[in-house]
Amino acid sequence: MPESDLYREIQRVADRYPVRRSAIMPALHLAQGKHGWLSPDALREVADALDLSPAYCQAVASFYDMYHLEPVGRHTVEVCTNISCALVGAQQVLEAFEEELGVHAGETTEDGEITLRTIECLGGCGWGTVVAVDHRYREPVKPEDVPGILEELRGG
Amino acid sequence: MAKGPRQLLLEHADERDLTKLSEYEAVGGYESLRKALDMEPGAIVEELLASNIRGRGGAGFPMGRKASFLPKPDQATKPIYLTVNADESEPGTFKDREIMFRVPHALIEGAVITCYAIGAETAFIYLRGEYYTEFEIMRAALEEAQKAGYVGAAVAGSGASVTIVIHRGAGAYICGEETALLESLEGKRGQPRSKPPFPAISGVYASPTLINNVETVATVPDIIELGGAEYAKLGVENSAGTRVFSLSGNVVRGGNYELELGTPLRSLIYDIGGGIPDGRELKAVIPGGSSVPVLAANEVDAPLDFDSMANLGTFLGSGAVIVIDDRACMVQLGLRVAQFYMHESCGKCTPCREGTRWMVQILKKLEEGRAEQGELDLLLNVCDRILGNCLCPLGDAAAMPVASYVAKFRDEYQRHIEEGGCPFGAESSLAGVMAPVDQHHAHMRSQIEVPVHEFA
Ligand SMILES: Cc1cc2nc3c(=O)[nH]c(=O)nc-3n(C[C@H](O)[C@H](O)[C@H](O)COP(=O)(O)O)c2cc1C
Ligand code: FES
Repeated sequence: MPESDLYREIQRVADRYPVRRSAIMPALHLAQGKHGWLSPDALREVADALDLSPAYCQAVASFYDMYHLEPVGRHTVEVCTNISCALVGAQQVLEAFEEELGVHAGETTEDGEITLRTIECLGGCGWGTVVAVDHRYREPVKPEDVPGILEELRGG
Repeated sequence: MAKGPRQLLLEHADERDLTKLSEYEAVGGYESLRKALDMEPGAIVEELLASNIRGRGGAGFPMGRKASFLPKPDQATKPIYLTVNADESEPGTFKDREIMFRVPHALIEGAVITCYAIGAETAFIYLRGEYYTEFEIMRAALEEAQKAGYVGAAVAGSGASVTIVIHRGAGAYICGEETALLESLEGKRGQPRSKPPFPAISGVYASPTLINNVETVATVPDIIELGGAEYAKLGVENSAGTRVFSLSGNVVRGGNYELELGTPLRSLIYDIGGGIPDGRELKAVIPGGSSVPVLAANEVDAPLDFDSMANLGTFLGSGAVIVIDDRACMVQLGLRVAQFYMHESCGKCTPCREGTRWMVQILKKLEEGRAEQGELDLLLNVCDRILGNCLCPLGDAAAMPVASYVAKFRDEYQRHIEEGGCPFGAESSLAGVMAPVDQHHAHMRSQIEVPVHEFA
């Protein structure tokens, strides 16, 4: 089988570590970046590249919230509802997203474009409510900012 | 004299873009590294000891002492490693993010000096996965530092060689716990190890490992510049130096503020933070991240230092000050905090895995007015059975604060039972907050409801 770009990239990352298994997390990040989620095929590619079993890779991936073992939308919107954000109105921001998108937290829009999730403290608590849009922080977000954010996503 | 703001770590960061190497050098950046390379490694550890700096990650252990537990480089049979804990995820805490965002070279310089001091040739920076922008900034800064010869073989023309590897996490609070972090770095699920052996003896790859928080390591250049004894004069007894406090919640100007230790909590909230917005009253303050016991409004005159917090039965923790006004229901607060720790429990120890679940269930019943009197005692009993019974303190981090909410706001808990519901109704600032654990349940429900024929 010819070596894929992902395979080569994983080898390059693995060279940074004294023990190759340490590269599993960066490898999973790379595979998810390429496939959008960690499909069984993606896990197999990571396993092959690092001489691990797919089951081991899945066991590791399932431990961490950022690895998706199911397909997700093309965009992700993650609303922090931990206490500092909750104290300043995170729930209202979440509800504004739910209303605009017509989905509940944890769901993806029917067109497969946007996944809405609640998330634990993102580390921007002083500027709540913090929302990660495709992993880039927006802070602070108020309910009235929600339509603009979604327009931006849908336009882009 | 009352202590107050004092910039050491974030000095010049307001006027200059210190993410750029040239700007950092223009204000004396990497001078401490040159100074350190002219010293004996052991003498640097002596300076750290003299500085009395205590860890900024949560536990407050003296850095110099931890470094001196490592084997001496000539006696070590395996390579020695430095691991920087940049997994910052304690709710309320966002200081390490600001340090990496604004003074990434201070962290790199501190890491190189520390490696030289302990005889390590490799440092890992375990960087929280969600901090993608900060990862890019750190990566760019590291490249610049490598090109300039501050990192790599023959650091700044000396015989020392230091490699820095940035390792991105992937969303797991528990990986901030040092032994879970090591497991994760080794490519495993991030579940804590039992101690001993301590990481200084057997850490990553069963090698001697020093683990310190971002802020602790980024302060090392300042300690070398000032000298340990001078640094120790900052702050108050048992709490030397400055700390970057993260201020959040119901306060006018949330943000990170570097203060000399011993600054009164009141001046952080009112003078610096601008007080409580919307004409509300202060109700409570969480002084060190969501895992520490709460302070009541009448305790805010206390100075922010390790001993003063201990005297009030709480901790300085990660330096995250969460301000809570009179709109918050303390049962809802307890529920939301317990939900976080339930979500983040790694599942290895039964008291933590099951206890946090019990806490959530009881707090839900209390909030919904379905709890009986005995269940309040049961809640405290569950907290008690978690405390001190697990490999790591994650379970304690749920049990301690919740027990403190009941202790300090017992009448509010009592009213939920007597009135058969939340006395705040929909007026509470925390009413109906959806936690990620609720979302998982909603998701499971929707899976169960999918008609079977869709799979056929
Ligand atoms: C559940 C849990 C989570 C933790 N999270 C962090 C963290 O995100 N960052 C951190 O520096 N320390 C964290 N710690 C503390 C570390 O275990 C360790 O004490 C610290 O990194 C040591 O560095 P320091 O001495 O410089 O503070 C956590 C501890 C526990 C029990
Ligand atoms: S509580 Fe929302 S970012 Fe920390």
